[in-house]
Amino acid sequence: MNTLEAGSGIRFRLATMAAGAIIMLTACGSTGTTPGVTLQQPPTAGMKPPTTIGPGEGALKLIAWEGYVDRSWKQPSIASFEKDTGCKVTAKYAGSSDEMVALMAGGGGGQYDMVSASGDADLRLIYSGDVRPMNPDLIPDFQYFQTYFKSPPYNTINGIHYGISLQWGPNVLMYNTTKFPIKPTSWGVLYDPANRGLITVPDNPIQIADAALYLSATTPSLGIKDPYELTQKQFDAAVTLLKQQRPLVKKYWPSAGDEISLFSSGDAMVGAAWPYQTSTLKAAKKPVADTIPTEGATGWGDTWMLATNAPHPNCAYLWTKWISAPQAQAQQAVIYGETPVNTHACALMEVMSPGSCAQYHADAPGTYFDTIKFWKTPVATCNDGTKVCIPYTQWRTAWTSIIS
Amino acid sequence: MAVEAARRPRKSGGTAPLQALLWRRPWLRAALLLLPPLGWFVVIYLASLGLLLITAFWQINDFTTQIEQVWNLNNFQTILLDPTYRLIIGRTVVLATAVTITDAAIAFPFAYFMARVASRRTQRLLFAAVLLPLWASYLARVYSWILILNHSGLLNWSMQSIGLPAPNLGYTNVAMWIVFSYIWLPFMIVPTYSAMERVPESLMEAAADLGARRWRAVRDVVLPLALPGVVAGSIFTFSLTLGDFITPVLVGGAGSTFIGNVVYSNVGIANNIPFAAALATVPVAIMAVYLIIAKRLGAFEAL
Repeated sequence: MNTLEAGSGIRFRLATMAAGAIIMLTACGSTGTTPGVTLQQPPTAGMKPPTTIGPGEGALKLIAWEGYVDRSWKQPSIASFEKDTGCKVTAKYAGSSDEMVALMAGGGGGQYDMVSASGDADLRLIYSGDVRPMNPDLIPDFQYFQTYFKSPPYNTINGIHYGISLQWGPNVLMYNTTKFPIKPTSWGVLYDPANRGLITVPDNPIQIADAALYLSATTPSLGIKDPYELTQKQFDAAVTLLKQQRPLVKKYWPSAGDEISLFSSGDAMVGAAWPYQTSTLKAAKKPVADTIPTEGATGWGDTWMLATNAPHPNCAYLWTKWISAPQAQAQQAVIYGETPVNTHACALMEVMSPGSCAQYHADAPGTYFDTIKFWKTPVATCNDGTKVCIPYTQWRTAWTSIIS
Repeated sequence: MAVEAARRPRKSGGTAPLQALLWRRPWLRAALLLLPPLGWFVVIYLASLGLLLITAFWQINDFTTQIEQVWNLNNFQTILLDPTYRLIIGRTVVLATAVTITDAAIAFPFAYFMARVASRRTQRLLFAAVLLPLWASYLARVYSWILILNHSGLLNWSMQSIGLPAPNLGYTNVAMWIVFSYIWLPFMIVPTYSAMERVPESLMEAAADLGARRWRAVRDVVLPLALPGVVAGSIFTFSLTLGDFITPVLVGGAGSTFIGNVVYSNVGIANNIPFAAALATVPVAIMAVYLIIAKRLGAFEAL
């Protein structure tokens, strides 16, 4: 039985993150920084989630990132989940957020039960009515989640949870330790002409947010508060910075695998990356390390979401319960190189890989999340209700002109 | 027995009129044969091209990113006026031309040797050698070039071993030019070879009788007669390079964006299908012009 159908082998996530989304006017207000604002209700808001989990339906079909439903997991293993619940797990790996959104069309098409969607896809899935509210009371470990991830603005609207948070990670600065014996402390190394031809950054318009984040620290006069909500002036400043950066860039990497080979071959020495690349390269004994510079970082958050027409909703809840438990959370975090949302996973991570809890910031205090700007799709309406922000389509156009 | 005997004539009587009809009306036979493939061609190919063209005149709502069926020329205006897209189109066309010229320059002597000099056995071996790379996947061939061209790759290593500076060609437009030229070379050699093979030996003998030396005969007899083959091959190399978007992603560096990459990102990521459609008409237009010129040069007789 080939239960794991590998889709595209390489995970294209970053390259397609923050994709142009079918975002309603009010979706932008969902950042939650404007209190008292009621957002437009998604189509499935009225669907009442169950209050108890019934017996499993015998099967569970998932759409997941590669490595998120892994048959090589040992403790606990997927086989043990299947044995305990009777839910036979089938996973389809998606290569990008867009592929996830496409596969989930029609509420999962009556075929798929859940998707491990990332922050940028979430609002698209929610506002197209493809996912439905979930009841966190049915997930015992929900109470141990980091506060931020109980109701993050990308999966919770007007207090209704359209999924249960899973894992998250920051976008880090990765560098070759031979070339940079002293740890760089600023994203400025990516804009430094001294590093011409050694730099690699993701081929993704969301990099404009990374430039804006850097500018918010180095050029306070621009007044950038949220790197996803930029006025024309702030946006132009970020684009100008990136255009100055282009001659220094060796390659805009399209997938994690490409960045790994760029660092392995020595073509790139410093770049924006995920912790996953660092751990893969370190495992291959390459001289690399990563850091979150003083300016802070952007990041992603993934969520298990329930398809509106899921044929096996009970198995879906059993799965969410299982994957939210500390042991499963710790295992996925250590193997994949990301951070669990369940705070009880920290101690277990230490057992599996000493130092990993601190390395991935799984023990971070709530204030830490102020330094991570989680991905969301830029829209025209800013958080304060004015319509002077630059929408995603223009980010896309500007990005094309930057990298060409 | 009687029942069977009675049944048989009736059976043949049922098909005979149809056969007779088809025999009497040959156009009907042709129509029946051609209708399914022609219908397929019209529906799948022409209809999708037509839709592409129509979509290009629409726009998307910046806010909802939904397609709005408002007729306008904004997409084409952007393509023509924005220097970014002129640069991308220019880069794509220049590289496609460079690849075509390179392949023609390599393929001509190669095909000449195969068609006119090599023994039957060598000819067969060479033909197999030309087609052999096509057995391997496109991606495997591109990736193998990455291994040759990247920083710690074979090229840099060999140059440094003999004391020369490392050329560092990985992730540049030069790398793209090399990889494209390699990948599409068989598509140039095969038509050039078949055109050259068709040049009768008697013409060469006649040229020799008239006092032309070997080079003169090649220049004045073989080259003009083989030119349609080269042009036919160039249709492949030019159009395949023009439409490619994988090689720029894999071996290109910063500033290697092709038309195909912009189309891809507009469809897949930005969801701006009207703009992608408008940009996709650019290679269609370029190829239309190219094919008209190729037809003038007699390329279609050589296919």
